[in-house]
Amino acid sequence: MADPITITLRVNTRVHNIGVEPRATLLHTLRELGHTDVKNGCEIGECGACAVLLNGEPVNSCMVLAVQADGATITTNAGLGTMEKPHLIQAAFADAGAVQCGFCTPGMVIATKALLDRNPNPSEHEIREALSGNLCRCTGYGQIVDGVKLAAKRLASSRQTGGASC
Amino acid sequence: MLPMFDYLKPRSLDDALALIATTPKAFPIAGGTNLLVDVRSGKVQPEALVEVGFLDELCGIRKEGGEIVIGAGTTIAELLSDPMIESQLPVLHAASTTFANTLIRNRATIGGNLANNAPCADTAPALLVLDASVELASVRGKRSIKLEEFLTSPFETVRAVDELILAVRVSVPPRAAIGRFRKMGLRKISCMAKVDVAVLLDFNSEGICVDARIAMGAASPVARRAVDAEATLVGNPLHPERIRRAADQTAQAAVPRPGSEYKQQVVRSMVTKLLDDIAREGGDRRG
Ligand SMILES: Cc1cc2nc3c(=O)[nH]c(=O)nc-3n(C[C@H](O)[C@H](O)[C@H](O)COP(=O)(O)OP(=O)(O)OC[C@H]3O[C@@H](n4cnc5c(N)ncnc54)[C@H](O)[C@@H]3O)c2cc1C
Ligand code: FES
Ligand code: FES
Repeated sequence: MADPITITLRVNTRVHNIGVEPRATLLHTLRELGHTDVKNGCEIGECGACAVLLNGEPVNSCMVLAVQADGATITTNAGLGTMEKPHLIQAAFADAGAVQCGFCTPGMVIATKALLDRNPNPSEHEIREALSGNLCRCTGYGQIVDGVKLAAKRLASSRQTGGASC
Repeated sequence: MLPMFDYLKPRSLDDALALIATTPKAFPIAGGTNLLVDVRSGKVQPEALVEVGFLDELCGIRKEGGEIVIGAGTTIAELLSDPMIESQLPVLHAASTTFANTLIRNRATIGGNLANNAPCADTAPALLVLDASVELASVRGKRSIKLEEFLTSPFETVRAVDELILAVRVSVPPRAAIGRFRKMGLRKISCMAKVDVAVLLDFNSEGICVDARIAMGAASPVARRAVDAEATLVGNPLHPERIRRAADQTAQAAVPRPGSEYKQQVVRSMVTKLLDDIAREGGDRRG
């Protein structure tokens, strides 16, 4: 029988020292810890609703065991901004109509954050490529691409005026 | 919830090999993008997973003389961002651009792709035209096997259950060689291949093909080279008649599943397109 293993996860601003079963996915563990902005869509790597930044890289948290993430820094959608103080990407998504039911949005925002960190001025092709692991059942993707473009535009102008980075 | 299993994180390669040899029903885990799906579906029932992707011996891409050695734990994202792979092994770079999607690429490894040996594994045709070898290790020692012999039947390889893939080794093709890769799936991106084709051609200064390699994936039980088509091209300029014959021969070498005979036609047109493009560009370069 598999005993629980003690791990440390740095999630957004919180540090969790917890015991987990080896079979617990990072997705389940995060949700049990209250990070329910990480969504459970398919659990087989197909939809991207569970995407988080694992040490800065976007991954499907359903494809990672919590024990494999021991010691890692994890950023979820809610770690980027809040309702009161939304992140530039989150605000741009809302303004562009990129959110309908919202289920895919946390994963989309995470994939966008990873893209703009690497490439602040992406082409439409690069945007579609960066979001290729994230499925949306509602929007038809057009508004989501618009949301990413709007975020990139606002990022560029905030950089010009010396404002916050992405 | 997934079924129960133990998780073992070895301290070293020797430790990993010993754990895999002595723990009943232990499976190596790298990116987990095949394994966790298979555990969830019940297709595999491990008692323990042994973490391997992080081991020093499985990490990094390095040049050794005229060869490039790619650690088995290298992710597809790492392949894509490596300048040496892009400039010296463009056929593998191109295959990586078609692989899954950005999220999966950050976890999926080249070693896991070959060990799993799905008929549609995207790195296989690219590595076949590069004449890759697979380096294996177990408590009994190390061995190196040509990829062609390594891939035996769908989801089966010559790897013993207690063996680990350490690395994939390829010779760097001559500078002027042209490597191309094309994948056909149900979508443009984030899909498994229905057919993929890799080619690697080398020409002398007169435009005569001096080396030709063609491989295809997903069109046969395992990815394979099309040796008859290769022989048709070698020793000749890349003329339309040769291209047509090589495309026909590649299609004939495909062994699709019953009901998927259409794949032979897809192979034929994909090979034709790839070779036509190379012929046209060669003409442009010389002319
Ligand atoms: C949504 C999705 C999309 C995908 N798209 C593609 C695609 O487009 N193209 C494609 O080719 N594949 C695709 N795959 C399949 C998968 O991502 C790849 O096969 C991947 O390369 C597997 O690597 P991994 O590190 O995740 O392997 P794991 O899941 O960790 O392991 C796979 C198998 O290999 C064994 N193994 C792993 N590493 C080693 C090693 N070093 N030595 C010995 N055995 C080892 C494991 O025990 C297991 O049996 C996709 C998967 C998903 C979930
Ligand atoms: S829940 Fe992880 S990819 Fe769908
Ligand atoms: S907004 Fe509903 S799934 Fe994307």
